[in-house]
Amino acid sequence: MKTTLSEKTFVSVLYVFLFILVIITLYPLLHVLWASFSEPSAIIAHKGLLWKPLGFSLEAYRLVFNDPSIYIGYRNTLFIVVVGVALNLLLTALGAYVLSRKQVYWNNLFMFIITFTMFFSGGLVPLYLVVKGVGLSNTLWSTIFPFAVSTFNLIIMRTSFAAVPDDLEESAKMDGANHLIILFRIIVPLCLPVIAVMGLYYAVEKWNGWFYASIFIQNHDLFPLQIFLRKVLILSSTDSMTGGSAAGEQFQIGATIKYATIMVATLPILFVYPFIQRFFVKGVMIGAIKG
Amino acid sequence: MNKPAFGRFLIKDLVGNRYLYIMMLPVLAYYLIFHYAPMYGVLIAFKDYSPMKGILGSPWVDFKHFETFFNSYYFLRVLKNTLLISVYSLLFEFPAPIILALLINEVRSRSYKRVVQSITYMPYFISMIVIAGLIRDFTDSGGVLNSIYMYFGGDGTSMLQNEGLFRPIYILSEIWQKAGWESIIYLAALAGIDQGQYEAARIDGAGRLKQIWHITLPGLMPTIVILFILRMGNLLNVGFEKIILLYNPVIYETADVISSFVYRKGLLEFNWSYSTAVGLFNSVINLTLLILANWISKRVTNSSLW
Repeated sequence: MKTTLSEKTFVSVLYVFLFILVIITLYPLLHVLWASFSEPSAIIAHKGLLWKPLGFSLEAYRLVFNDPSIYIGYRNTLFIVVVGVALNLLLTALGAYVLSRKQVYWNNLFMFIITFTMFFSGGLVPLYLVVKGVGLSNTLWSTIFPFAVSTFNLIIMRTSFAAVPDDLEESAKMDGANHLIILFRIIVPLCLPVIAVMGLYYAVEKWNGWFYASIFIQNHDLFPLQIFLRKVLILSSTDSMTGGSAAGEQFQIGATIKYATIMVATLPILFVYPFIQRFFVKGVMIGAIKG
Repeated sequence: MNKPAFGRFLIKDLVGNRYLYIMMLPVLAYYLIFHYAPMYGVLIAFKDYSPMKGILGSPWVDFKHFETFFNSYYFLRVLKNTLLISVYSLLFEFPAPIILALLINEVRSRSYKRVVQSITYMPYFISMIVIAGLIRDFTDSGGVLNSIYMYFGGDGTSMLQNEGLFRPIYILSEIWQKAGWESIIYLAALAGIDQGQYEAARIDGAGRLKQIWHITLPGLMPTIVILFILRMGNLLNVGFEKIILLYNPVIYETADVISSFVYRKGLLEFNWSYSTAVGLFNSVINLTLLILANWISKRVTNSSLW
């Protein structure tokens, strides 16, 4: 087929337009990157778009890495992600396994109890009172236990467990396997792609979560990374890092510290992102087809 | 089945499936403690709750908190703000991923396509705190967006202090963060369109725009309709997490929505019963809208949530 003139115009306009969209998407991230390496005074004086670092200074990074808060934040966030996701997956798999068995009489009731929570919830204050009431406030568990199962994920996992052929389990049962062995030796390996995707989703949610930590945790040693970020970015407090400097200097370096902190807190996700992107995309598909 | 036989069946089921029921126990415990106990806690919306007296011991006040809310100045304000943010998202944010998917779908070069996709999906994974921090920084006086806004007549003061700008800032940043990611589902639907149709259209001399209009868009329609109806069901469900990171008392007039009001009253001002009442009002409306949307979806598209 011949490429007509209008076809050529269409393609050029399309490519240029998408290129502009890509630049708009990337710009804020590049701005942070350039600003984090710039001279603080130059950044304060600068107005408008930033296409390259203004001068070069690593002072902001030095101050960020000298502040123990960021290590505390990383440690707590890692704990929440690792332990939280392990618990998420374990409970989701247990629930999905039982709910995908056909011979269990009470399963219909269980399904009702579980799906009902997707449509109605007690709300913020009642949840807050329950979490306080069971003694979880001011512990990292307050960001783990109250969110141990996502109902949506549970239903998706149940569907994929139910699709495992029965004869596989039957033959395992003949060999004397119990439910735990069937679940972890047969079903989990077969459904590993779904479970992996779900683990990634749970992990991102935990990594980025901040709200419940902000209402349940008051102890600084238990602050996850995002709460520390909130202090720097939203409450604009960089005192913990610039403690020793004079007031004017503090103000100046504060301008670039924000950016350096964003880089330090976001780089791990952006580094991992290219490798796991396709799994997430797969996850959207699973959700779309089965959800 | 007669009664004793049914009883025997239940016992047999409990005994025979005992390990399965034991496996289910932690999951059920989770739902009872963290979902059903708060539902029971909703009772405090009808009481004057004080922690000393507990839920049962606190005195009943019937609909006092609801009346206070409906008669207050805040009721119309938060309702209006919630609806407006929802409607504006529906108008501007909802079509964005559709348009993006249509554009990406027209790209023939696989590598260019992959670059565009990877980059536009990325902001979805950046944490809300960072996004809100960037918005605050860019819209502050001297910030990037503020400087650009000054070309169009801005006065250079912080844009988040200007109540007329809150909704555009909120919606545009949502589009920036989510349009790429949300385009995935449309791209998946596009992959299912029969390629033979395009072949036939080309032979008939239809250009690319005509093909988009007559083949691609109709092919996307079922997905668009379902997602649109689901969105309608969430009309009063505007999350507070991003809003409370961005707003300040100066712009409450446009920025305060029901959920942020619930948060402020309940967790910052400790008006627990009042906050729960407002939250319950919101949940009930949400549930009604969802049921309605689902009913419409069943009628229109034959597909529904339940």
